[in-house]
Amino acid sequence: MTAADTVRPAEALTASELAAVRADFPLLGRTVRGGKPLVYLDSAATSQKPNVVLEAEVEFYEQRNAAVHRGAHQLAEEATEAFESARAAVASFVGADDGEIVWTPGATAAINLVAYAFSNATAGRGGAAAERFRLEPGDEIVVTEAEHHANLVPWQELCARTGAVLRWFGVGDDGRVDLSDVDSVIGDRTRIVAFGHVSNVTGAVGPVAELVAAARRVGAYTVLDACQSVPHLPVDLPALGVDFAAFSAHKMLGPTGVGVLYARRELLEAMPPVTTGGSMVEVVTMEATTYAPPPQRFEAGTQMVAQAVGMGVAAQWLDELGMARVARHEQELAAELLRITEIPGVRVIGPTDTRDRLAVVSFVVDGVHAHDVSQVLDDRGIAVRVGHHCAQPLHRRFGVAATARASASVYTTVDEITAFREALTGVRAFFGAE
Amino acid sequence: MSGSLEQMYQQVILDHAKHPHGRGLVEPAAGHLAGESHQVNPTCGDEVTLRVDVRTDDVGPAVVSGVSWEGQGCSISQASVSVMTELVTGREIADVRQLDATFHALMASRGKGLDDDAALDALGDGEAFTGVSQYPARIKCALLGWAALKDSLARSGALADPTGGTDD
Ligand SMILES: Cc1ncc(COP(=O)(O)O)c(C=O)c1O
Repeated sequence: MTAADTVRPAEALTASELAAVRADFPLLGRTVRGGKPLVYLDSAATSQKPNVVLEAEVEFYEQRNAAVHRGAHQLAEEATEAFESARAAVASFVGADDGEIVWTPGATAAINLVAYAFSNATAGRGGAAAERFRLEPGDEIVVTEAEHHANLVPWQELCARTGAVLRWFGVGDDGRVDLSDVDSVIGDRTRIVAFGHVSNVTGAVGPVAELVAAARRVGAYTVLDACQSVPHLPVDLPALGVDFAAFSAHKMLGPTGVGVLYARRELLEAMPPVTTGGSMVEVVTMEATTYAPPPQRFEAGTQMVAQAVGMGVAAQWLDELGMARVARHEQELAAELLRITEIPGVRVIGPTDTRDRLAVVSFVVDGVHAHDVSQVLDDRGIAVRVGHHCAQPLHRRFGVAATARASASVYTTVDEITAFREALTGVRAFFGAE
Repeated sequence: MSGSLEQMYQQVILDHAKHPHGRGLVEPAAGHLAGESHQVNPTCGDEVTLRVDVRTDDVGPAVVSGVSWEGQGCSISQASVSVMTELVTGREIADVRQLDATFHALMASRGKGLDDDAALDALGDGEAFTGVSQYPARIKCALLGWAALKDSLARSGALADPTGGTDD
C-alpha cells in the first residue's frame, strides 16, 4: 500500500469542513509572541487535541474513574468497559483484533517491550513457547539509517545484551531507504528487521512490502515503527504483514502517556513478560508465579486508563472523518510544503516530489543555522521543530548537524503553509546571508 | 520583525557570528598550561572544541594567554564563543571566573539584564546577549562556549594552581 494508492479515491476536505475541524481544536485558537495567530507546523513532534479527546478524559475522571480489571463495583465495571472499548477502537483503527493491542506509555516503550521480550527469551524465560525469540551470538538485527532513535537504540542495546549484530540499510541521496543490497543485508542470520513506516525527518514512506517480503524469506520478525503513518494514512497492520508495530497516541490527536504495541496474537501468546508486578499474573506463590494471557501479561501495574480512553476517542474521531480523506488533505499540504524548494538557498532533506511521502519536510537554509531559522519563524507565530529530530545518523548521512522541520496534520491549512513560506523567504536577508 | 527578535539578534551578535574571533585551533605555547574541551548541545547538535593556553610564572597570577576554538552552530552560540574569546584573553583566572559568573547571571535574568552596571560593562559585547535570556531554549546556545572554557581551564590544571584564584 502506498500513500498515492490510498489517496486517490477520497474527496478533499471542503473549506467548511476544514474550518469545522479547526474549530474543534481549542489550542489552535490561541495567539503567540505578542498576539500573532499560531501557525502550528510541529505536528510530527506532537499533535494538538480535539475537544472530544479532552472531554473524554475529563468525563472519565468525573464519571467512571476506578481501577480497571479489579473489583466488582459498578464504577470498576464501567472503567473497565471504557478501557476495553478504547482498546477495541484503536484495534479496529489499524485493522487489528483487540487481543493484539497492548497498551504502553508510548511507541518508545512499545519498541523496548519487544526488545526486552527477545532478551528475556534469550535468558531462558518464557519456557518452550518463547524459544522462538531466543537470540544467539552472531544472529543479526537489521534496521535502517533513517530510524528515529526509538527504533535504533533499543536494538543496539539488545545486540549488546545478546551478542547479536546490528546491520542496516543506508539511505540514498533522495532520502529514501536504499534496498539495493537487500540480499546481502538480510540473510540466514537475520532474526529481526525493524524499520519506520514513514520517516519523521524526510517524510518518505518506507519500503514496507519489500522489507516484509525479504524478512519472510529468511523467517525473520518484522517490527514497524508506525508513529508517523498511523496519524496520517489509512493503515491496516495485518494487511501490511508486519509482526510487531508501535505508535503513540499523542501524535494522532490523543493524549500523552499512552501508545500501543501491536503484535500478532500468536506472538503475544508466546512472548515472556517484560515489566512484572500486579495485574499481569495468574497465580502467585512465594516460590513462583504464572502469568495472565496477553494483552494483560504485558500491562503490569495500574494503567493509564483516562489516556487510553482518550486515545480510543482520537481514533474514532479520525475514523469518522475518514483516513483516506485525511491523507488526501495532507497530500495537498505536502505539495505546498515542498514549494519551499522554490526559495533561493533552501534545501530539502528527503524526497522533493510528492510520491510516497507525507507532509513532513526537513530543510536547511544556506548560511543560516536551523536554530536561527526557527527563531525568525517563531517571531511570526510559526512553530517548526529544529535539531536532529532524534535521528542523528540520518543527519550525519546528509552532513548536517541540524535541520528545521515543518510538519502538518489534518487541521493544517494551505494558508498556514503560505504564511510559513513567506516568512522563510525573508530569513536569509535578515541574517545577511545573501 | 518584532522588537524582541531584534533585541536578540543585535548587530554586534550578527557581526561576531559572521566574523568570529579565535576560530581555528592554535597549538599552546611551550611551557604554558593547556587544556582542551569538546562540548555539544545535544538538542540541536551545536558543537565547540575549545583550547586554552594559560601562562603561569612566579611573578604574578596565572593569565589566560590564548583561547582558540573550532565549532559549528547557530549564530548565538558562535557569536557567544567569539565574544567570550575576546573578553577573557589576557585576563587573570580570577577575573575570568568573575566574568563567567556575571554572564551566567545575565543569562538567568529572563531579558531583564543586570542591576549591577559595572558588572554588565565588564562583559563588553557580552551585554548584547541580554535579549537571548528571554528565550529559554536559546540560553544553552549562549552558554556552550563558556562551558567549554570552564572545562578546558579545569583540564589545564590552571584552576588548581594556588595563584589561580580558587579562594573566591
Ligand atoms: C518515527 C518515530 N518513532 C518513534 C517516536 C517515539 O515516539 P514516543 O516519543 O511517543 O515514544 C517518534 C516520535 O518522537 C517518531 O517520530
